Amino acid sequence: MTQEFRAPEGRINREKLVNFTFNSKRYQGYEGDTLASALLANGVRLVGRSFKYHRPRGIFSCGSEEPNALVTLGSGAKTEPNCRATTIELHDGLEAISQNHMGSLKHDLLAFNDILSPFLSAGFYYKTFMWPAKFWEKLYEPVIRRAAGLGALSGQEDPSLYDKGFLHCDLLVIGSGPAGLVSALNAGRAGASVILADEDFLLGGRLQMEQMEVDGISASQWVANTISELAEMPNVHIMPRTTVYGAYDHGTFGALERKTDHKKYSSGKPRQVLWRIYSKHSLLAAGATERSIAFANNDRPGIMMAGAVRAYSNRFDVLPGKEIAVFTNNDDGWRTAHDLHAKGVAIKAIVDSRESVSMKPPSGVASFVDTKVTDTMGRHALTSISLSNGENISVDCLAVSGGWSSNVHLTCHQRGKPQWNEEIASFVPGGELPVGMTVAGAANGQMTLAAAMKSAHESTRDILASLHFKPKMQPLPKVEDEASGTSCFWHVESGKQRAWIDLQNDVTAKDIKQSHLEGFRSVEHLKRYTTLGMATDQGKTSNMLGLAVMAETSGKTIDETGTTMFRPPYTPVPIGAFAGRSRGKHFKPVRKTPSHQWAKENGAVFVEAGNWLRAQWYAKPGETHWRESVDREVLATRKSVGICDVTTLGKIDVQGRDAAEFLNKIYANAFGKLAVGKVRYGLMLREDGIVMDDGTAARMSDTHFVVTTTTANAVSVYRHMEFCRQCLFPQMDVSLISTTEQWAQFAVAGPNARKLLEKVVDDEHDISNDAFPFMACGEVSVCEGIPARLFRISFSGELAYEIAVPARYGNSMMSVLMQAGQAFDAVAYGTEALGVMRIEKGHAAGNELCGTTTALDLGLGRMVSKKKDSIGNILSEREHLVREDCLNLVGFKPVDKTKGLQAGAHFVATDNEPIMQNDEGWMTSVCHSPNLGYSIGLGFIKSGSKRFGETVTAVDLLRGNTMDVVIVSPHFIDPEGERLRG
Amino acid sequence: MIINHPLLGPRDAAEFVYLGDASLIDRPDWQSPNAASEFHDYMHLRDNIAGEMRELWFHEQGDRSWLVVTRNTVTHEITNVELARDVALAKQTGASS
Repeated sequence: MTQEFRAPEGRINREKLVNFTFNSKRYQGYEGDTLASALLANGVRLVGRSFKYHRPRGIFSCGSEEPNALVTLGSGAKTEPNCRATTIELHDGLEAISQNHMGSLKHDLLAFNDILSPFLSAGFYYKTFMWPAKFWEKLYEPVIRRAAGLGALSGQEDPSLYDKGFLHCDLLVIGSGPAGLVSALNAGRAGASVILADEDFLLGGRLQMEQMEVDGISASQWVANTISELAEMPNVHIMPRTTVYGAYDHGTFGALERKTDHKKYSSGKPRQVLWRIYSKHSLLAAGATERSIAFANNDRPGIMMAGAVRAYSNRFDVLPGKEIAVFTNNDDGWRTAHDLHAKGVAIKAIVDSRESVSMKPPSGVASFVDTKVTDTMGRHALTSISLSNGENISVDCLAVSGGWSSNVHLTCHQRGKPQWNEEIASFVPGGELPVGMTVAGAANGQMTLAAAMKSAHESTRDILASLHFKPKMQPLPKVEDEASGTSCFWHVESGKQRAWIDLQNDVTAKDIKQSHLEGFRSVEHLKRYTTLGMATDQGKTSNMLGLAVMAETSGKTIDETGTTMFRPPYTPVPIGAFAGRSRGKHFKPVRKTPSHQWAKENGAVFVEAGNWLRAQWYAKPGETHWRESVDREVLATRKSVGICDVTTLGKIDVQGRDAAEFLNKIYANAFGKLAVGKVRYGLMLREDGIVMDDGTAARMSDTHFVVTTTTANAVSVYRHMEFCRQCLFPQMDVSLISTTEQWAQFAVAGPNARKLLEKVVDDEHDISNDAFPFMACGEVSVCEGIPARLFRISFSGELAYEIAVPARYGNSMMSVLMQAGQAFDAVAYGTEALGVMRIEKGHAAGNELCGTTTALDLGLGRMVSKKKDSIGNILSEREHLVREDCLNLVGFKPVDKTKGLQAGAHFVATDNEPIMQNDEGWMTSVCHSPNLGYSIGLGFIKSGSKRFGETVTAVDLLRGNTMDVVIVSPHFIDPEGERLRG
Repeated sequence: MIINHPLLGPRDAAEFVYLGDASLIDRPDWQSPNAASEFHDYMHLRDNIAGEMRELWFHEQGDRSWLVVTRNTVTHEITNVELARDVALAKQTGASS
């Protein structure tokens, strides 16, 4: 295929041919082309089908505002749908296919939707598919989803690499058009650190798309000179292919840089980088976007934005047609006729809706004033147009200009509210702009070159002064103001014909009027009812038209009608970019306990506990069911000795003269008189009187405690303790630090626990029952001099210790303990066995400390000391919390002991209906007790501690496992606690 | 948002954990005759205004300071940042003098 639509000159590299395919057909373009310009060069005009009616569509614009030319790139897992052909940088090997058609693009089987259009008007989903209701999910929705829509995802994991980064600057310049370049240049010369970002791969903005002169040289040459000067400055960071998509608080911006999308191979580099840019000041120079005019059948391939038509000609050497007409409501449209005429293209007519104009057509070109385009013809591409004066003109391209809208998007991402400017027929930035933002150039309504450069020049001078730079402002480049007269003309009455407003979502002028008739008065409602501006282009070329038609219909001004809210992102950002490298295994960090390696080598099955991986049980060869392993671990521990890694418990070092007094405040029970060398169980309440957490506090010296928390609350308890220290008790001399990861800690439990430890703890430390009784603690050493801390505390109900060593010794400590335990048939046990033993002993854990229960509920009411101030003390006395029939933590066993209890079951009296009103409490924790040989549970039930022996029904409607249970003491094993003290 | 930490300079808000109205510093006296109702108000009747608020933020991914941040909840403008401990100490010294 030859590139028969190429013109001479332009800003592409003729030396470098590029091969690509569209719908599997091979084409050639040049380096510097976009996919759109290369397709146009090859005469490809039909590039897709519309969303709803499957109308043939062609390339409409030349930038990120493109509503029509969406294609799917790549294949397999790398497939990326809905890419705008107008922004895709052409490269060797690029594969693109068209979207939203069944069968071939030219003979789309779903094109009959267009004939059904009378039934598919605004809100048709809501009206047409209402009855019967159950048909929606099974029939209507799947059919609609297949017929309406864009490209499809591959369904496979995205193999591309994405990255994230952070940048800081004095001045972020958004857009590298005339305003942006003037700003960056002056700020750069003044020594400010500048980031210049532009979504395009070719910097220069409109300067690259026009035939203009700057300082007596061509605009593109001036851009090249300016960029090369900027590139020399170490304080200027130039970022092409970078879309600043969102303005956030305090001068923070989100930006997406396309790193390797334009290359055949990424060579291990990320595809895209999501930047967070912190700026002291920003200059928004995002330019303006041309909008269309609504008239009958204004959506055929070949009907394009006038500015895009001359951009293809000037920048890409591509002529979008051979016989072109212009339809405009402003002076700018005339420039398209002049530029293309100069390239030898036949300009068949200039049609201007205005009553009078001062513009002159190129010599020999017919112009029609006070005239409109009333209809167009051509099935797969434009062939002719009809004018309001009755003329029919055969053309293959119609360049339409409905005026230019300032790109105010980023000014609205905080609290900005655009203001209507009738003179230039555009909304301009208004209201409160994001902190530190100045807007210049066309984005601010300075629609001509000279005005744009002047506004950037002045803004930059002010910005630099506010940042305390001494600006050495260069004189303004010499440029001329071009004609920019415009008018508010939005749509041509089209009778029964459809006049498109939003090309991508197939919204017509009729739909807008209809939604008004149906009572949708707010522009936000109009948007949602008609889907105007809700497509991937967010209505960049169409929103203005839509609200103008709405204003017209409702008899309001455009100002009164207002715009819909602009929200980030400015253009679509792949989810993959937001995820960056935080995906799969890297989504969150994994915390491994110090003995993880030992556990892995010894058959551990791991369970996630927050970010931690903990050994759940250790499967021995031959064990086929988890219960086999867990039962063995429990029985062996209770019979002799077991060892469990409990490093994950939170550990907080509390030091200072007032350490004991501080613990008195944060724990409900008293700590002031705890002797050095002793540990005490601590119950922590929230200020509202509900239990927050529990743990132990060991007094290592007068001024030093080691506090433990549950694994789950390690972070929140530390945060709470810091709150208490800094905000409530600032006068106390106390310091806190988390040492959870500094110490590896192991529970050694069972009748032979002491004998085992005596083999490990160095001889000089006497850990006999007399010297080191229940609830003793102290600093010891193990294995000939390794420092360690020993606590005689028990969660299992056995004679038990916890021994802590610096984390780096953790893995060795585990093997040393296991070796020393060989003589006693010691076992390693995991979290399941730990759970079984604490349930057998009746100890509360996470399931019981669930954020709704009180000390009284847990049977710990007497621990809440009333003789001192502590967090939660006062509000724990609230009437409801201390009522007579409050919940009590008790034990349960099934009447039929062959049955397994279920946690989450709710209790009702056996003769009562299982409904909410009869609810008396719920089962919190259950397990199979290998010691008792049947299922046991803990739970809360009203006045439970007075009801031992009573049978109630544990209702489990969800799993259909309702059964009768007997209320018993929660202490299933050793209720007197003799083992602990042995 | 960026919080200008009194000790560490400007830090991204993502490093912080938010708590709420800084009136949580003003914990009532447990021995007051109306302790129950004072604690009730302290816990449950805190302000959440659209406008300037004094709020508690915890620099969890940083130096673990609690800060009192004066922030406009509508515009997110931050006009003052203090160490909560300094604020609390000033109040207690003020109360006892």
